[in-house]
Amino acid sequence: MIKSFLLAGFGGQGILFAGKQLAQCGMEKGFNVSWLPSYGPEMRGGTCNCSVNISDEEIGSPIVTSPNQLVVFNLPSFDKFEPALQPRGTMYVDSTLINKISWRDDISAYYVPATKLADDNDLAGGANVIMLGKIVAVTKLFTRDEFLDCMCSHIPASKAKLIENNKKAFDIGYSYK
Amino acid sequence: MSKVLMKGNEAIAESAIRHGCLHYFGYPITPQTEIAEYMAKRMPQVGGLCLQAESEISAINMVLGAASTGERVMTSSSSPGISLKGEGISYIVGSDLPCLIVNVQRGSPGLGSIQPSQQDYYQATKALGHGDSQVIVLAPSSVQELADHTGLAFDLGDRYRTPVMLLADGALGQMMEPVELAPEGEFKPIDKPWATTGHKNQRKHNIVNSLYIQPDELERTVIERYQRYAEIEKNEVRYEEYLTDDADVILVAYGITSRICRTAVGLARKKGIKAGLFRPITLWPYPKKELAAAAEKASRLLVVELNMGQMVDDVKVAINCSKPVGFFGRTGGMMPTPEDVLKAIEKDGGAV
Repeated sequence: MIKSFLLAGFGGQGILFAGKQLAQCGMEKGFNVSWLPSYGPEMRGGTCNCSVNISDEEIGSPIVTSPNQLVVFNLPSFDKFEPALQPRGTMYVDSTLINKISWRDDISAYYVPATKLADDNDLAGGANVIMLGKIVAVTKLFTRDEFLDCMCSHIPASKAKLIENNKKAFDIGYSYK
Repeated sequence: MSKVLMKGNEAIAESAIRHGCLHYFGYPITPQTEIAEYMAKRMPQVGGLCLQAESEISAINMVLGAASTGERVMTSSSSPGISLKGEGISYIVGSDLPCLIVNVQRGSPGLGSIQPSQQDYYQATKALGHGDSQVIVLAPSSVQELADHTGLAFDLGDRYRTPVMLLADGALGQMMEPVELAPEGEFKPIDKPWATTGHKNQRKHNIVNSLYIQPDELERTVIERYQRYAEIEKNEVRYEEYLTDDADVILVAYGITSRICRTAVGLARKKGIKAGLFRPITLWPYPKKELAAAAEKASRLLVVELNMGQMVDDVKVAINCSKPVGFFGRTGGMMPTPEDVLKAIEKDGGAV
């Protein structure tokens, strides 16, 4: 089993954070994991992506160019990476920010209005964690409690008040149909 | 000790501290700035020193000075910054001082790009500084190895009184992986009777110097150093083999590229191609005999690097040109996928 994630969006949407939570939980569940941020010219232009591998085998290249799990938070990322998604792969789309659906018939796609759900629930900046909820529900890589325990244990003490918000955000995504 | 998820650059820095390095001199450059950033945060907590010099040249000369006292010291940079350090590195070699130099390579030449590359292979293994000089070069391929090789580099440096280079790349420096670090507080310094720590009228002066006006005297020091190099070549070769036993084609790759190749070997095997991988871990001393032995049953070799083929000659020399040696690489900061390497395996029939 290898889940190769590509998470992409604008800087500030918490793309790297979301990727890191997946890698961290993967590690704590005993998988091999890798996390690699884009740090190149694209990052300096405002867009941002990161590669995460979670596998029960040794991980070769840490760079995910053709993911089996694609998570997109803006239109340029949708357009750029949708063709690269592996057949039978899964796509997670923030449908607040991306007014488009995939016409590929060889993939599964989940459209979650994560940014709007965050705004409606007074969870500004929580779209990434809402999407994590959906990812965990779909991939079943972790149970809800496993993931939340892991994520909350790595929120620094100075941001402890964010724990409740993160749990709330996660559950919104986890139960979103 | 459990595993932690850490960036490669941070793992180098933390591992260095745990292996007794309390002096870091650097100057920021992408993609290795997290080393300096981490050191700036951690060194004050452990009673160490992190100093941002005014340039790479200055930083390497601070390393020269601090290493003279027998302390474990390090610097880090990326490709263009390493070039600036060249003169100082040769002085350190000429002064027989141990230190760690980390190169998190980026695209070159010139100011190049900030993406991963392996374009400094020649520089690291052949001529990091001027003169008859050589440094041990370690090529880790995971965050765990970045941490382990940092400790190994300090040990080897102390043992042979030589600088050691950790040759990484932007991907290894920036990626996070689980890593198990050495325990804290277990470092035991070794005795360094040559260190310039003050004679207190109890012993003769120790002098650290690389200037020898008398050529016969200089020749003696160089020959003595090459005897040590011979010891290093005898004792310190490190490498790893993967499925080479029955391999028809052996990929030769180091660092991050070796991981891409490992996946490619798996893809090739699924297609019925008997591929294997030979990974030099020490780029100097190069595992010549070991590669020659591995290559004996193979019909061809394929070197894969993030450059234009800088290791090809070392491979040809190691196997005495007994087999065709092909090459596949990307350069300038581009990375091949395992599928790209598979295509090269399928296509490559002959020598470069």
